Amino acid sequence: MHFDFDDDQYAFRDAVRALLDERCGPDAVRGAWTSNEGHVPGLWSKLTEMGVIGMLAPESAGGLGLSAVDLVLILEEAGAHALPDPLVETAAVAVPLLADAGDDRVREVVDGATVAAVSPLDDFAINADVADYVLLFRDGLAHLVARPDVSVVPHRSVDGARRLSTVTADLSDTTAVGNAGLAARAFDAGALGLAAEQCGLAQRMLAITVDYVRERRQFGVPVGSFQAVKHHLANSRVALEFARTLVHRAAYSLDHDEPATAAHVSMAKSKADEAALLTARAALQCHGAIGYTTEHDLHLFMKRSWALARSWGSPAWHRRRVAASLARLAQEEFA
Amino acid sequence: MDLGFSPAEHAFRAEVRAWLEANVPRDLGSGDTRDGFARHLEWERTLFDARYAVVSWPEAYGGRDASLWEWLIFEEEYYRAGAPQRVTQNGIFLLAPTIFEFGTQEQKDRILRRMASGEQTWAQGWSEPNAGSDLAGIASRAVRDEAAGGWRLSGQKTWTTRGAFCTHLFGLFRSDPDAERHHGLTYFLLELSTPGVTVRPVERLDGDEGFAEVFLDDAFVPDADVLGEPNEGWGVAMATTGSERGLTLRSPGRFLATAARLVELFEEQAVDADDALRDRMVSAYIDAEAYRWQTFVTVTRMLDGRDAGSESSGAHSSMVKLFWSELDVRLHELALDLLGPHAELVDGPTAPWMKGYEFSLSGPIYAGTNEIQRNVVAERVLGLPRR
Repeated sequence: MHFDFDDDQYAFRDAVRALLDERCGPDAVRGAWTSNEGHVPGLWSKLTEMGVIGMLAPESAGGLGLSAVDLVLILEEAGAHALPDPLVETAAVAVPLLADAGDDRVREVVDGATVAAVSPLDDFAINADVADYVLLFRDGLAHLVARPDVSVVPHRSVDGARRLSTVTADLSDTTAVGNAGLAARAFDAGALGLAAEQCGLAQRMLAITVDYVRERRQFGVPVGSFQAVKHHLANSRVALEFARTLVHRAAYSLDHDEPATAAHVSMAKSKADEAALLTARAALQCHGAIGYTTEHDLHLFMKRSWALARSWGSPAWHRRRVAASLARLAQEEFA
Repeated sequence: MDLGFSPAEHAFRAEVRAWLEANVPRDLGSGDTRDGFARHLEWERTLFDARYAVVSWPEAYGGRDASLWEWLIFEEEYYRAGAPQRVTQNGIFLLAPTIFEFGTQEQKDRILRRMASGEQTWAQGWSEPNAGSDLAGIASRAVRDEAAGGWRLSGQKTWTTRGAFCTHLFGLFRSDPDAERHHGLTYFLLELSTPGVTVRPVERLDGDEGFAEVFLDDAFVPDADVLGEPNEGWGVAMATTGSERGLTLRSPGRFLATAARLVELFEEQAVDADDALRDRMVSAYIDAEAYRWQTFVTVTRMLDGRDAGSESSGAHSSMVKLFWSELDVRLHELALDLLGPHAELVDGPTAPWMKGYEFSLSGPIYAGTNEIQRNVVAERVLGLPRR
C-alpha cells in the first residue's frame, strides 16, 4: 500500500500549474467570456507541446503513455484555473478511448486537435462549434464525428466561459468508436475528470476567500478572526480533503480496471461536487456583497462549479449508481 | 501509487480473521458498568495472551512489532468480527504513545506490559470543572514534597471515562502556580488507590456509570511517576491529544463495520425504505470509505516522512476528528430512522443502535469539541488570524 503520488507526478503537476498561472489567470478566463474563440488563445498549443493532451496515449501514438493517476493532478489544476478549454473531454475521455479502440485519429488529437463531447446523461457540449471533433454517445456506444458533419445550436451558460451547444449528427456503425465497454469507461473517465476539476475549483475558491477574510476588516479586526467565518471555511476544507482522496482512489481504480471502478468514480463525483458547492456557498457568504458582483473574480469559479456539478451526472445520479451495488460493495470492499 | 496490500499483509489479515472468528465473545454487555468492565478485562487478557492486544507494540511489551498497515488491518478485522469495545483504549491508545516517546526505561518496563494485559487500567485525567475546551485552564495543583521525593496532588478531575473501575489515572496538574497557562503543568501517573484520592461515579447519558469525578486531597505521587520533565507537561500531553484526535483512537475499522452493518439493516428494512433514506445510506457509506482511504493517505505520508499536506499533522488530525465524529452520528441517526418505532427500545436486538447513537453523540464533544477543532483547522490549516 502506498497512497501518494511520486515526485515526477508532482513535478509535472507543478509545471502545468506554472503554465496556467501565467496563461490562464482570471483575466484570461474573463476573455473567454467575451471572445469569439471560446477558449484562451494559444494555451491549447502550449498544453499540447507539454504533452498534457496526449498524456494517456501510448508513446507509439505520440503520447506519453501515462495514466489516469498522472492526469488527475493536472485536471485539479485545470479546475483551479477555471480553464475554459475542453481538456477533460479531449485528454481524459477521447484520447484513451481512441487509443484503446485502435483509432488512428488519436494521433491528430495528441497533435492538438480538440474534441468536444456530449456525455450520455447531458444535452450539451462545450466548444462543439469550434472543436475539431465531437464525441457523442448513443445506445451504449461512443461515436466520433468531425465538426463539419454535425450541426450545432448554441446556448448560453450561466458560466460565460462555457460555450454550450446542442449537437445533432447522423450516427451509424461507421461513426462508432470501440465497443460498449470502452464507451462505459469513457463516461467514467469524464465524470472523474470533472470531479478532479471540482476539487481544484474548491481549492481555488477557498484560497481566494482565505485571502479576502484575512484582509477585510470590520469591528476593528479581520473578519477571518470571527468563528462564524472560520467554521464555514473549516467545513469546506474538510469536505475537500476527503473528496480529493476519493478522486485519487477512483483514478487508480480506472487505471487498474477494478471491478468497482464505476462505483468508485461515482463516489468521487458526488463528493467532489458536494465539496465544490459547499465551498461556493461559503466563499460567497464570507465575501459578502463584493462576492455578489461580476467585478470580483469569485464568480468565475463559483459558476463553473455550479455547472460541473450537474454535468456528467449530478451528485444524486451518482449516489443512485452507488446504491445499485451497495450491498455487494459492503461485503467486498471492507473484506 | 499502489493501493493493494502485500501477500504478507493478506496472510496477516487471514490469520487475524480466523483467530477472531474462533475467539470473539458474544454478549459481554456494556464495558462501562462495573460487571461489564470485569468481563471485558477477561477478553483483554485473552487478546493479550494471543498477542493481539497491542499488535503494533514491540514484542518486549506484548506486541508483534506489526507495521502501521498491519495495525489498520487488525482494526478492520476486529470491528468486522463484531468484537467488543476496548476498555483498555485510554491506556493503550492515548497514554502508551506518550510513554513510548517520553517515558524512562524504568517506566516502560514497569507499566506497558501490565497496561496491555489489562492488569493495570488507565483513566484520563484531563478535564476539570473549569477546564474543558480551555484545557490550559487546569487548576488542580501539584506541590513539591522534597522530603518524600515526590509531589502532592490536590483538586478535582471530571468526565473521567471508566474512572470508577480503572486502577490508574494519567493527568495534568499545575506544578508552578506562577507560570502562565500552558507552562508550569506536569504530567503525572497516579494509582487511584493512593490515600487522598476519592472517586465518585457519574451516570452517563446512556445510563451507565461510565464517567467519574476524581477528587484529590494531598495524594502523594513519587518522582518515578512523573512522565517527562516537571513543568513541561503541556508539551508531553499534546502528543497524546494528537493520538486521541487522529489515527489511534478511532481507526477506520469501527466506522467501516458500522457502515457495513447499516447496509445490512437497510436491506432488511428495505420494504419501508424510501429514496431519501437510500440516498442518506449511500452518502454515509461513501464517507466511511473516504475515511478509510484518507487514513491510508495519512499513513503513507507518515511512513514516507512527508507531512500530511502542508499543515502540521496535529492540525490535520483536527480535520480527521471532525470527519469521523460527525460521520458516526450520521450513521447512527440513519439506523434509528430505519428502525422507526423500534429505535427507542433499549433491550433486544436493536438496542445496540440506540446505545451506539448515544455514544456517537459524545464524539463531537470529547477529545476537543468540534467547535475548537474547526478553529484549529481555520487557524493552522487555512491560516486565518487567531483574533
